[in-house]
Amino acid sequence: MHENHQYLRVGGNPVVVDLAAIPVLDYGRFYSQTSHILRNPDCRCVAYFAKPTSTTLDFFMAISDERNDILLYRHQCEQTQELEALTAQLPAMHIYEREIAERYGVTFSNHPWLKPVRYPYNRVASEWMDSYPFYKIDSTELHEVGVGPIHAGVIEPGHFRFICNGEKVLHLEIQLGYQHRGVETLLADGSSTLRKMIISENIAGDSAVSHGLAFALCAEALADVAIHPQLALERVIAQEMERIAVHIGDTAALCGDVAYQLGLVVCEALRTVMINTTQFWCGNRFGKGLIRPAGTHYPITAEVKAEVVKNLTKVRKEYLQLTETLFGLPSVLARFEGIGELTTEQVRGIGAVGMAARMANLERDVRRSNPYLAYAFFEHQPVVKDGGDVMARAELRSEEVAQSIDRILQMLDGVDFDVKAATPNFSLQYRPNALVLSLVEGWRGEICHAAITDGSGAIAHYKVKDPSFHNWFALALAVRNQEISDFPICNKSFNLSYCGNDL
Amino acid sequence: MINEIKILHDHGIQYVKDLRNAILTPLFRGRPIISGSVTEADAASLEAMCPSGAITAVPLTLDLGKCVFCRECEFAFPHAVRFTNDYHIAASRREDLVVRAGEDRPITVDTTLLRKKVRKLLGPSLKLRQVSAAGDNSCEMELNASGNVNFDMGRMGIEFVASPRHADGIVITGPISKNMAEALQICYEATPEPKIVVLVGSDAISGGLYANSPALDRSFLERYHVDLYVPGNPAHPLTFINGLMDLLGIEDRK
Ligand code: SF4
Repeated sequence: MHENHQYLRVGGNPVVVDLAAIPVLDYGRFYSQTSHILRNPDCRCVAYFAKPTSTTLDFFMAISDERNDILLYRHQCEQTQELEALTAQLPAMHIYEREIAERYGVTFSNHPWLKPVRYPYNRVASEWMDSYPFYKIDSTELHEVGVGPIHAGVIEPGHFRFICNGEKVLHLEIQLGYQHRGVETLLADGSSTLRKMIISENIAGDSAVSHGLAFALCAEALADVAIHPQLALERVIAQEMERIAVHIGDTAALCGDVAYQLGLVVCEALRTVMINTTQFWCGNRFGKGLIRPAGTHYPITAEVKAEVVKNLTKVRKEYLQLTETLFGLPSVLARFEGIGELTTEQVRGIGAVGMAARMANLERDVRRSNPYLAYAFFEHQPVVKDGGDVMARAELRSEEVAQSIDRILQMLDGVDFDVKAATPNFSLQYRPNALVLSLVEGWRGEICHAAITDGSGAIAHYKVKDPSFHNWFALALAVRNQEISDFPICNKSFNLSYCGNDL
Repeated sequence: MINEIKILHDHGIQYVKDLRNAILTPLFRGRPIISGSVTEADAASLEAMCPSGAITAVPLTLDLGKCVFCRECEFAFPHAVRFTNDYHIAASRREDLVVRAGEDRPITVDTTLLRKKVRKLLGPSLKLRQVSAAGDNSCEMELNASGNVNFDMGRMGIEFVASPRHADGIVITGPISKNMAEALQICYEATPEPKIVVLVGSDAISGGLYANSPALDRSFLERYHVDLYVPGNPAHPLTFINGLMDLLGIEDRK
């Protein structure tokens, strides 16, 4: 990297540093340094957010570099200042700048798409859900289709606006924010660690373990707590079980969309086996309550281990038997192949993470790039597909299910799980004036939690990033030039989060 | 074809036969029981530690409409609170969700409360429109699961429909964000009278963890009568299905 660059380089995940150690750059310097670093395809921005101080805004930048360390630096400015948009050069930055502009009123000049992200209640702008500036094309040939916020099924709300030429979609714009409930503010409101822990696992119900874990890692790093290696293993098992359950549920949904009834019901039942196993382990089908700072209420016992091994073995056999048949059916292939296709350049350009990147041959997997917990003990080899279409996303799921099951069985095999687990600790003392950041690979992709503490060690600012924050744009691109009737299957093949985005 | 017959055979029978009396795993967090002999000091500590404000110290009660079922009260004071795996916790009266110290009473739906007109009109079937209003999607997933191959509530004539115009009532999940308030209102108005309102999950019932968040607008609930409260985080499919069966008087609990 450039020798004149100014940043703090930290290894590991999570990372915790003193605020004073993060260099402050003037904006011109910040701009040129960021553009230079992010031009390297191995580097990606994992967090860019603003924190208000009494008079100014403090902007924090975190980049994962080609050595998989985290680079930290910042800049400061007045709220009213106009800043040159990084997005003009680096499209992947669009969403970060939009979020900052919406919340604090910073103007980014030359930003091509400076639109609201989630309509937070405490935003500076006064525009309302109804005034979203949808992209328009003026033509007598075209028509618009709007759906939502309430969709036809039992699904979270969002508003989708298609511009179509006949059946063909030219453009899809996705307006989110309906699920906004003030999560980030609640995570920095002086409440107990227990309450913050529970809010975190309720950020997105399908990722309760992953978001919960991202918070627990931050809390432990801030309090300088080391956890037992067995707990590090158990958390990874919990995360992989979450991944398996959702991937199987999504396979059911994809089957349902192409009217393959057998696939639908078999996968529904197998998902039930998975989440009931989680319930057997901890009393909740989504793993709520399983992740707690510094310890656990639900250590893996011999009984849990036996149940997990038994059920996973069954699920592996029956799920693969089904997907093997599924991927050989001409009627299914006709609906999966070449539908909702994205190229590697496209997913790289928008900064897609996790599954939405790996299905188009872009390896983005925190388990390998920034390993945490037990992922550091073994070399995780991410599943990567190159099709970029619905088929690739379906196959990715199927292969990841097999990989995750094998990994869990392997981990369970090697350990006796006879250690008496530490109980959770909710009275942690956090390091004052520090920044902490944790990255977790949820089943959708990279989850990032960042927190800043004040002089007394209280969390003064909390930032959550769900992979959907980046990946919604992938869905918008995927349906271009598709039949509008292919939208549902494209949508399900990504299964992005509304509540995870709206925060 | 052969493959598929084999899959079908291996798949076997999946449905839960007795939706009324199915037994969940021991750790499932259902109806709690509070001991009658908790010291004042412990009661105060319980109130202070509960992350959702569900516990009140004097007199000692636990409100299932606020509880997020984290079970932390039991871990901290095992002699005071114990969660059972009884999932029959839906009620038609808000106050019936409040569990008192020293009582071990099942929570029931008062069928006489469902307005006569509604009951006559609905008969044994029920079509529902679901509105997700800032929940975390876990309740929504459990509602979807209620119709899946395992729980199959369709066998009771209960179904989710795509349009409020086809619905007999609406099911609300989530604490109701300001950003969803208008859509919820429109959906309610589009549902023909008479209609029922069901709240699913602690978020919907009380605001849950977000009760004091300025991002919410819960005024909808001040305007309309709620017919069924289904607690949980998320509510288990069996809690939801049993609550509705009770409400409609589909079959008596044995
Ligand atoms: S289980 Fe319910 S009552 Fe007990 S601490 Fe958690 S939220 Fe409070």
